[in-house]
Amino acid sequence: MPRPPSPSIPEKEFVYGALKQSLRLDGRSMLEMRTPALSFGPELGWVECSLGKTRVLAQIDAKMVKPPPERPLEGIITIHSELSSMASNEYELGRPSDQEVTITRMLDKVLRRSDAVDKESLCVLAGQRVWHIRLTIHVLSDSGNMLDCACLAGIVALKHFRRPEVEVVGDEITIHHPSERAPMPLSMHHTPYCFTFAFFPDPATPPLLDPSHLEETLSAGLLSVALNAQRELCVVQKAGGVPLSPEDVLRIIDVAVQKAKELDKIVEHALQEDWAGRNVEVR
Amino acid sequence: MSLVLPGEHVPAQHVNLKLGPGLLQISAASGEPTIIATRAGEVKHSANRNKWWIEGNSRRYVPAPQESVIGVVVARSGENWRVDIGAAHMASLDGLAFEGATKRNRPNLKVGSLLYARVSLAHKDMEPELECFDAQTRKAEGFGELKGGFLVTCSLKMCRMLLDPKHFLFPLLGSRFPLETAVGINGRVWINCKEPRQTIAVARCIEAVDPDGGGMDELALKKFLGTLDV
Repeated sequence: MPRPPSPSIPEKEFVYGALKQSLRLDGRSMLEMRTPALSFGPELGWVECSLGKTRVLAQIDAKMVKPPPERPLEGIITIHSELSSMASNEYELGRPSDQEVTITRMLDKVLRRSDAVDKESLCVLAGQRVWHIRLTIHVLSDSGNMLDCACLAGIVALKHFRRPEVEVVGDEITIHHPSERAPMPLSMHHTPYCFTFAFFPDPATPPLLDPSHLEETLSAGLLSVALNAQRELCVVQKAGGVPLSPEDVLRIIDVAVQKAKELDKIVEHALQEDWAGRNVEVR
Repeated sequence: MSLVLPGEHVPAQHVNLKLGPGLLQISAASGEPTIIATRAGEVKHSANRNKWWIEGNSRRYVPAPQESVIGVVVARSGENWRVDIGAAHMASLDGLAFEGATKRNRPNLKVGSLLYARVSLAHKDMEPELECFDAQTRKAEGFGELKGGFLVTCSLKMCRMLLDPKHFLFPLLGSRFPLETAVGINGRVWINCKEPRQTIAVARCIEAVDPDGGGMDELALKKFLGTLDV
């Protein structure tokens, strides 16, 4: 299967021309995000997030393992993400593209290394038993800005998931089935959200948030910012592309803070709504 | 209305039977040849039941001869151009398959140019071939390079709907502002308007009417068009 061709000359010229007049193909303004839609599956920690036609599925499962000797007091979180050709015919299984590597690394930075989940709370019995949280991310369809969508799906899945209650008596560990005791949510320090901005070769074109697939391929550089609604910056990533002045970066972070606050409200609302309609305790 | 899945038998019988897209005749070792469906969709036939075809929606284009398509020039290989028409394989276009083209005077296409072309050969075991002139007259008849404008992709059903002269979308848009379009049967529509704002409006309307996207009807689209400010 050959790589799909880059956008044709008329497409390229039109997009550059329209963006110069601050017109986007889907009618959004430059710093407007597509409204994320979250839907929850039958199990806890099963979240499907969609930004327009980009769809990502995140799923969590937990099991009990023996911790590695160098970190006996911490739980383990692993993130598995794979871009299959289901997302778009650009991706091939078994041969990671540069984009896939970037996304995997960013997911790791945003969801794991930003310390969103309190790993010490995942310890059950020091050096003996800890929880191993495994987050699997499937990209179902890619129409631009997969990274933000995947980060959002991952973080919402972590917030949505509840692990079974455990009881420790001496060295005896009892895991209570959800029908006996209500499962516990993971203890989270904060909830980082990721925002991607695209820059264009022409300096007259302002940066835009949440690029679509065409905008992403035509852009001259992407800047991803991960932060939480409390203005705490977690990750800034810019892998090459047009040079930016420090003022530009600061301006973009200000925009991202606003967006993080809005997104936080949407996420909290969706989680509450789902929780109200869900019956977890079987009593 | 009857829906079929690939592999199902279709009760098509006529002395002068003509099979359209999605149907295949297989000859059994003994007895009568049978007609089966090769794609999912609705079985349709003409009034006198001699033409049968399957109508469904899909996104992947399968080339068939004499269909007009929109392609993107991907590379040049010797005398020929390699053109992406959205099918599983690249199509090849002879450098002389243009109106009035000679060895000396051939069109100057760049990689990334858009073309409106006709599929001249589509054999399942061979690469599809394109031509940029009418088969009978050898005149351009609108085929050739598309300059400027913008390319929209939609589902294959949407393309067929847009090719129907009775479809409401283009007359409705044309009554608001002048526009130029070329519809390829391969899920690509080229549009050209004076203002980028108008081109974006057309692109969004096609997306909104597409049965694979918004699926709006005429009334809903009129309302939607009112919000677009064109």
